[in-house]
Amino acid sequence: MDRDRDAIDGHKEYQRLVKQLAPKPNAAKEAARAFLVGGTLCLIGQFVLDFFRRTQPTEGEAIAATLATMILLGVVLTALGVYDTLGEFGGLGAAVPITGFANTIASAAMDFRREGYVVGMGAKMFLIAGPVIVFGIIAGTLTGLVAWLVSAVSG
Amino acid sequence: MAAKRLGQFTVQLSSPRIVGAFTLMGPREGAGPLGRYFDAIVDDYMWGEIQPEKAERKYLEHAARRALERAGLRETDVDYFIAGDLLNQIVSSTYSARSLGVPHLGIFAACATSALGLGLAAMLVDGGFARRVLVATASHYQAVERQYRYPIELNIQRKPTNQWTATGGAAAVVAAEGEGPRITQVTFGRVVDWGVKDANDMGSAMAPAAADTLLRHFSDTGTTPGDYDLILTGDLAKVGSKLFRVLAGRAGVTLGGKHMDGGASIYSPKQQPGAGASGAVCSAAAILGYVLKEMARGRYRKVLALPTGCLHSPTTWQQGESCPGVSHAIVLEGA
Repeated sequence: MDRDRDAIDGHKEYQRLVKQLAPKPNAAKEAARAFLVGGTLCLIGQFVLDFFRRTQPTEGEAIAATLATMILLGVVLTALGVYDTLGEFGGLGAAVPITGFANTIASAAMDFRREGYVVGMGAKMFLIAGPVIVFGIIAGTLTGLVAWLVSAVSG
Repeated sequence: MAAKRLGQFTVQLSSPRIVGAFTLMGPREGAGPLGRYFDAIVDDYMWGEIQPEKAERKYLEHAARRALERAGLRETDVDYFIAGDLLNQIVSSTYSARSLGVPHLGIFAACATSALGLGLAAMLVDGGFARRVLVATASHYQAVERQYRYPIELNIQRKPTNQWTATGGAAAVVAAEGEGPRITQVTFGRVVDWGVKDANDMGSAMAPAAADTLLRHFSDTGTTPGDYDLILTGDLAKVGSKLFRVLAGRAGVTLGGKHMDGGASIYSPKQQPGAGASGAVCSAAAILGYVLKEMARGRYRKVLALPTGCLHSPTTWQQGESCPGVSHAIVLEGA
């Protein structure tokens, strides 16, 4: 362990050189691409929501139908081999919307299907999405607890 | 006293030659700048398989069999089959060995496998322990991506330092008798770790190992870059190559136009906007495809090839450890 640390500490200068010579991503270009991809996905989502607002009885049902549609879109684009290209181009613009979340599950399911339905797909489809779900539930529970306490105190 | 040792790390050999070689690459590699140097291109990079691991095995085994054909030999004519790859338990090598039926030496040096294999084969032949040795390696983009990184269809934006694993297989027969370039010196390198933790920047992690082996080789043999027509690193790619030249320069070694990197040469910038290629087949294809053919044409007479390997595993990376590098060097001399 100490030997590891010696090796790393002894080459701080090299690590600085690595940082210095590393090619820098073009932040403006990346941001513009993320905006384009993320914005387009959200625009599609807005059209879908507007459609369901006219056809569904309540706002809640319209939102649920929209989420389901966008998830389906993400899965279909993943299955067609398009979504990874979208991610390569748009970065977080493709990852953040719910279509990106659908992609993480669909891509893992496709990949590990090759080791069978149970030990492959079933066991590993939440490889990427798993932590998001776990910490999402924890954060949701804590937020709900705080909201409940605040409402209990303020009466 | 070991009579064949030269300096601290190098061995001097007299008899071994590469008497047959074959490079069998995927379509993306075939369309790249070195495409015309490869012996065969497979149009479908999955080669009709659903599992990429099976495809990788096919590349390795077919390359090995075609190299034997090139040397005019059969399986029973070789004494050892030395092979390595990047997959866990080096399955592509061992499963290929299963059907070849030749005593198998499995090796792992990540992307430096080609030089480790050729170097060991040359030493076995020179020592009189083998008449002929078959050496092979392979890598497959999907198989490696699945093992080291993420699902193939995941939306991931690659960093400019990222390297793309080359798909293909390459093999050679090293023998004491026959026609072909000689392997005259071998310098196996030390594992060098200068604390680069980013597994997406393997070039920077491996550059110190390449520089270490280069300088060791020069001091052991008393040579300089001027003694070689080409100094070929394995897959440092663009970022690592720059660092390698800086490190060599600090030690007073100017490589100038003699340095070429396999990883920076396999794909055009348009094909791979990142740093370049990597993978066990990357350096193997550069040596057995590009270098051997240019040597046969007389463009190069003496070549120092030093492939590099990044020796981390997905587990050590997740545990926050840095990526150790290694580089093994061989000297090829034309007849």
